[in-house]
This record gives sequence, structure tokens and C-alpha cells, in this order.
Amino acid sequence: MAEIKVLSEHYHLPEYQTLAGYKAKGGYETLPKAFKMQPQQIIDEVKASGLRGRGGAGFPTGMKWGFLPKNGEPRYLLCNADEGEPGTFKDRMMMERAPHQLIEGMIISAFAIGSHKGYIYVRGEYVYPIDVLNKAIKEAYDAGLLGKNIMGSGFDFDLDVYRGAGAYICGEETGMISSLEGLKGQPKLKPPFPAVQGYLRKPTIVNNVETLAAVTYIIKDGAQAYRKHGTEKSAGTKLFSVSGNVVKPGNYEVPLGYPLIDLINKECGGMKPGRKLKAIIPGGSSAPVLTAEECGKANLDYESLAGLGTMLGSGAVIVMDDSQCMVDMLGVLTHFYAHESCGQCTPCREGTGWLDKILHSILEGRGRLQDIDLLIKVADNMKGKTICALSDAAALPVLSFVTKFRDEFEFYVREGRSKVKGTTYAEMHH
Amino acid sequence: MFKLSEQGLANVKKELARYEAKESAIIPSLYIAQKENSGFITPDIIRHLSQVMDIPEARINEVFKFYTMFNQKPVGKYHVQVCTNISCALEGGREMAHHICKELGVKYNEVSADGRFTVSKVECLGSCGTAPMMQVNDTYHEKLTPESAMNLLRGMR
Repeated sequence: MAEIKVLSEHYHLPEYQTLAGYKAKGGYETLPKAFKMQPQQIIDEVKASGLRGRGGAGFPTGMKWGFLPKNGEPRYLLCNADEGEPGTFKDRMMMERAPHQLIEGMIISAFAIGSHKGYIYVRGEYVYPIDVLNKAIKEAYDAGLLGKNIMGSGFDFDLDVYRGAGAYICGEETGMISSLEGLKGQPKLKPPFPAVQGYLRKPTIVNNVETLAAVTYIIKDGAQAYRKHGTEKSAGTKLFSVSGNVVKPGNYEVPLGYPLIDLINKECGGMKPGRKLKAIIPGGSSAPVLTAEECGKANLDYESLAGLGTMLGSGAVIVMDDSQCMVDMLGVLTHFYAHESCGQCTPCREGTGWLDKILHSILEGRGRLQDIDLLIKVADNMKGKTICALSDAAALPVLSFVTKFRDEFEFYVREGRSKVKGTTYAEMHH
Repeated sequence: MFKLSEQGLANVKKELARYEAKESAIIPSLYIAQKENSGFITPDIIRHLSQVMDIPEARINEVFKFYTMFNQKPVGKYHVQVCTNISCALEGGREMAHHICKELGVKYNEVSADGRFTVSKVECLGSCGTAPMMQVNDTYHEKLTPESAMNLLRGMR
């Protein structure tokens, strides 16, 4: 077993959810240390740790914090707990099992960036995690860990939970800010970036749940301790959410750089009996798919996966075995992105719908061979042409599925049925 | 004409006082109103919220229509939302959704004759490692089979 539990060491303990349980394992012991440091020292330590945002984009956290203007304006710290990327379920576990770990990370981060108000923006469906978080926040206020003059440090920080209402695009940081402002959750043009002009046009830092939780560990044990795990450019550990056709799906914390195939075979117990690995989407549904052969060469870090033309993303590893039809699976994804496009940019609004219609005409036996190239053409014309990355997120799976499994698409068009399942779409699902 | 209960009105006012921009209270207020109206929002509700919050109807309407968790049509006492996104699809989520509809004798998004159930297909609910799953009102049910899902639903009165 190669799991290294830096963040998730105590997640199996039900009492870790409570303030008493968290404190029993050393919780909130890092806060006094942080308060004795200069905010810039904390930022420098986070920079030195090499921590990169765990929400998907992988941007260096300390560098992001460094973009805040020094103009004396109020600043906001916004925790991205929207977690809408299909395949990702790590933040939910962290919020349910270790809410105080997130709160402590947010207090330290807020102190570092000079913010006195924070929000945890949670996707609306996560009713239970929201309940757990609210209880933990109340416990923290009652214990003087939130609010005025925290632990006698002179630092004030208020924290609140905001419940979203079911829009994937609110996971994009400017879409999240729009939503928190009471608008449609549509992304905004960048620049200005949120660090300069975010919530209510004030400087705002948006970090993922896992990123903020990691800050506590970095300040507790130091940047070098964090750097002991992972690779030179991808430091630390990461929680990977594994789903799909493996024996033991779940969340696993491994050092960055860990071989993908070992995660599947050692941690997840391999493929289900009698089945072979066919493909893996390594970083959430928007990441390009890898063939089984490519999976053997992949390490779970930003650089290795980029070298294979895909992404680490949110660390959601979606595993498909040889019984799966790639045309059918791509149909699920095109439907999702067409459903979730916010409609603001024409290439995305029209493109996602177009991809979905073409795909479903193939699935329903009405496809033409030229439709396969049309999928590629439409997807190619959607990349990099919109305000946010949803359009790319819809295009990249299409390009990778069609390119790498083209024979299945051609067979489907010619025969009107799946090459793998041998049946039509209607027979598969009705 | 819909009107919030006394408690509902107090809760909306509390939300209005919580944020620096009162528009931030639109989503929380829609949740409050939806709960008081058996799970869906009507034009009457938007009008009422507009008066209570002193925010134009169009502003509330655009938020209401953007987010999928606000229902534009009545739903049953139990809103059964079955995830059919990729991780659940790989483990039979779509077949489970179809089975539930067939057993309950309903089409997607319609209310069953006895008013108890509405079945919807929804996108990823962040329960991918415990697929397939369904959300019934606010509660997640995970690692289901078509039959175990139906057994749960049969027990709901």
C-alpha cells in the first residue's frame, strides 16, 4: 500500500467531525503558531511548499495569494466547495468527516491574506455536508476560534456557508462569485482576476476545500515536510476519487507522481473479476481519456499527465472496463455539458448542444460517417474561444474519445449498434 | 396569492440582513419559499418575494430559472433524483432510473397518481465512488441496485 495520509489520517474516526475529536488529534494547535508568524511568512511558506490548487486548474496557491493588491480594500476568502465535476467526491468527504480541518485552514489562510470575511460555497445538493459544516462553524464560534480576536491574536475572521442551487458552472471561480452576488452563476471576463476584483468587486481569493485543508499541514510541519511527498513540480499528496469499474472505488490519498496503474491495482483492488481495463479519464469528466496502454505510462502528477495530453484536474479517476461502449459513454458526457453550459458564449452554448445532437443521432442509428469528423471539427472550434473553460471541457473528451476509439464510432455509424455491446442504444437502456 | 408564513418571512428578512448585497439573499429566499410551497416555485411566489425583498421580479426570476434545484413544476412528496452521469452510468444508474419509473408507473418528471413520487434523472451528485445512487428529497442513498432502490421507495408513505 502506498497511501500516505497527510490530510485524511483521521477520516475514519466519527468523532473527528466534532471540535473535541479534532482537538484530540492536534486540531487547532497550528493556529497559535500561525498567529505568531507574519502574514507574508505564511504566504512564503505556502509558496515554498509548492502547493498547487486542488480544484482542477492546479495554479500555485502562494502565487495566487501574492496577486492581491496592497490597497487596503477589504478582502474575501472564498472556499470552493461546489464540486460539480463528474467523478469528483473528495471535498464532500473532507467536509463531512473533517469540517474543522477546513475551518482551521481557512483561518490560517485568511490571516495570511488579511481577510476578515470568508464564505464556503457548497453545492446545493450537499445537504448533509452543509449541516456538518454549520455545526462545526457554530462550535468554532462558541470556542472563540471564529469571530473577534481569535485566540487573543487580535485577528478577526467571520465564516459563513453559502448553499448553491445546482449549477455546475458555479464551480468556476468567477461563476461562483456571480452566484454569491445573487446573479445567475455565469463566469466573468478575466482580467481582472478575482484576486484584484472579485466578490462585490473587492479582492477575493478562491481556493478549493482540499487546498485550504493542506495549508494547515504546511504551516504545522513546514514547507519542506510537505515537499517530501510528491515530485519536484507537483509537491505533496493528493486525494484521488476513484469511480467506475474497479473492485474498491473510493477516495485515496497518495503522493503526487504515484503510478496511475498502481492506484487501480493496489489501492482499488484492480478491475472487477473477468474484466480488463479499457480506458481511464484521469482528472474528472473534462479531462481527455487515456487508453489502457497509456494508463500504464501515466503517473498521477500535473506534468506526467500533461505529457500524455490529458490533465490531473480535480483528481477524479473514472475507470472503464472492456464491457463499456465508448460511444455510449461519450453520449453521457456530451449531454452533461450541453445541459450545464451557462449559455453566455455562443461557441459553448451552440457547440455543446450541437455535439450532443450529433452524438445522439449516432447513438440512435441516424449517424453518417462524416458526422465523426464533424464532431472533431465542432469540438476544435470550441476550444479557447469562450470566457471560461466549460467549452474546452466539453470539447476535450469528444476529441480524445473519437480519436482514440474511432473504430467504435465508425462501427456504430455503419451498423447502427454498439460494437462492444452488440445492441442499439434503445436496447441498451430501455 | 402565495404568502410566506410568519416564520418564512422572518427567515427571508434574516437572510436579507446577512449579506452586504441583498441580492445574495435571493437563492436562500427561493429555498425558503420553495419549501413552504410543497417543493416548487410559481410566478406568484416570485412576485411576493420581489415585494418582500424590494428586488425587481426580473432579477429574482433570472436566478430562479438558472438553477436546477428550483422546480418550475409541482413535484411529488418524494422527489427521487437518480444520477445518470458517467460514474453512475458505468455502474447501471440509467437502468436503475428506468426500473424505478417502470415500477412506480411514472414518466420522468411527472408526479405519480397518488402524489407521492416524482422521478428525475440528474447530473453528477458527487457520489461517484458509491454508484449507483439516488437522492430522495435531501437524503442520499448509495450503492443501490434497482431492487434495493425500489425497496427503499416502497417503504416511503
